[in-house]
Amino acid sequence: MDDATTGGLRLSGKKGGVDVKAVIARQKTWDAMFVVLGLMAMLIALVTLAALIINLAIDGVPRLSWHFFTNFPSRFAEKAGILSAWVGTTLVMLVTAVSAVPMGVAAGIYLEEYAPKNWVTDIIEINIANLAGVPSIVYGLMALGLFVYQLGFGQSILTAGLTLALLILPIVIISTREAVRSIPSTIREASYALGATPWQTVKDHVLPYSLGGILTGMIIALSRAIGETAPLIAIGALTFIAFLPEAPITTEPPFVSFEWLTAPYTVMPIQMFNWTSRPQAEFHFNAAAAGLVLMAMVLVMNGLAIYIRYRFRKRIKW
Amino acid sequence: MDLQMRKGFSKPLILTSEHSPTKQNKKTLDTIDNMSPQTPPVMKAQVKNLNFYYGDVQALKNVNLDIAERRVTALIGPSGCGKTTYLRCFNRMHDLYPGNRYEGEIMLFPDNENILSPKVDPIEVRMRISMVFQKPNPFPKSIYENVAYGLRVRGIRKRRELDDKVEQALKGAALWDEVKDRLHNLAFTLSGGQQQRLCIARALATDPEILLFDEPTSALDPIATARIEELIAELKEHVTIIIVTHNMQQAARVSDYTAFMYLGEMVEFGDTDAIFTNPRKQQTEDYITGRYG
Repeated sequence: MDDATTGGLRLSGKKGGVDVKAVIARQKTWDAMFVVLGLMAMLIALVTLAALIINLAIDGVPRLSWHFFTNFPSRFAEKAGILSAWVGTTLVMLVTAVSAVPMGVAAGIYLEEYAPKNWVTDIIEINIANLAGVPSIVYGLMALGLFVYQLGFGQSILTAGLTLALLILPIVIISTREAVRSIPSTIREASYALGATPWQTVKDHVLPYSLGGILTGMIIALSRAIGETAPLIAIGALTFIAFLPEAPITTEPPFVSFEWLTAPYTVMPIQMFNWTSRPQAEFHFNAAAAGLVLMAMVLVMNGLAIYIRYRFRKRIKW
Repeated sequence: MDLQMRKGFSKPLILTSEHSPTKQNKKTLDTIDNMSPQTPPVMKAQVKNLNFYYGDVQALKNVNLDIAERRVTALIGPSGCGKTTYLRCFNRMHDLYPGNRYEGEIMLFPDNENILSPKVDPIEVRMRISMVFQKPNPFPKSIYENVAYGLRVRGIRKRRELDDKVEQALKGAALWDEVKDRLHNLAFTLSGGQQQRLCIARALATDPEILLFDEPTSALDPIATARIEELIAELKEHVTIIIVTHNMQQAARVSDYTAFMYLGEMVEFGDTDAIFTNPRKQQTEDYITGRYG
């Protein structure tokens, strides 16, 4: 090889008896092999997912119509809709978010900013990580005992929302802690050095700067909860319901009503489960259409999470 | 404002912002000859037999130091000698982390109070003794809000008062002319040197009695460094300064007194001129002539 092709480096190809070029070439075959392996792994995952979605779309898209969203389930597949299911899902998610987020964020901030670092905190920490991995049906059974029977909430939206809140609480706590931990200690020290108290530091710095991460974690947690079926079956969600809960806003004073909290309900995944377990093929198409709607809901939530993360990161650099 | 910021104090303190010399704080420093054209220095703080532990590790070993009011005291020494640890004792920064322990005293004058005493609230100490950190660490807020934060912490809400103090502080930190038209831009839009001067303004806004600098120019280029050094020379007209620096030339340029530390011990302390031209200890001489460090 002449100097021109080696960029002026007088590579002899041999250095101290070792053929450098051969060594490099041999090492580079590992790179090539890894690229092929990685590509294959990725394709297997993507192709499977794509096949699922296409299959769902072929079955479901013809059923998607305004009618599908505005009608209650029915004995006739072509008349059936998901009105009670999507309203139920929305209301349950609302209860879940309102109860899990303040609790989870408070717990996460306490653990990061206030809790003394000792073995008790360590045990709490390990347990929270474990709780995130507990199968959801276990939460369902626990909620059946606690919310349905012990506290007498019945088979209501309130019970469902609180059950799912417990389910995602560890995720909210963990993601809050991650978000809080990503704030550099120099920022905290700057605040304390000016004479701020821990609470002033939390409210003026820690919380605002980690809000993007906290909101992202919250949405990811909710998009896990939205697809949960097992715990809701355990606490007695209905599979067929032809009426809506009371509207939360009324025309008479005091204009807000919490009647809906005690109403029976169904949610999207349970509606799907119900339809797929029917023998008629038409109901399976309904299930596919409902699956598409549920997927779209999750996609929108995740998109929102990405957007929020982007918006908040743009303002903050460290 | 003084009344407001001090209302949380456990014990009434003598106002020191006027620097009214009382009988007690007229005591001059032993180590200082009164060659300086200024008035003879008054003792602002005195470190007595200070030991500091990170858990079981002793980082400071029985150190003593006299801090002169409205003078610059530099702490120099090789990496890991404990100079930053020492500086962070002055505003009780170590209280933020578990397992740290102080022994000994840092007396603050004219209050004649030991700021390391467990009875003294570290928040009170930090309200009177400000700090500028090694790397510029502005909050991800506007320039204005960065400077105003210390005032807001003290409960100042009046727009006029905040505006005045922010302007004063930014002028004090020689940054006003560069930022007066964009006070509401994010602090990150400033250059590194400007950010560090912003942090100085933030520390100045609350009228501190002592200003601590922890290697304030180690992340800056030579021109920004020169500006900060000029600023320190101006600031010492009003405020007592303690600066940790890795750069011996910087210590020689900006400080009146220099303390040389090695492995957690105070090797030598004295007039900066004397330390650099005629060190008493061999160790000091070896360090300043670059034989190690």
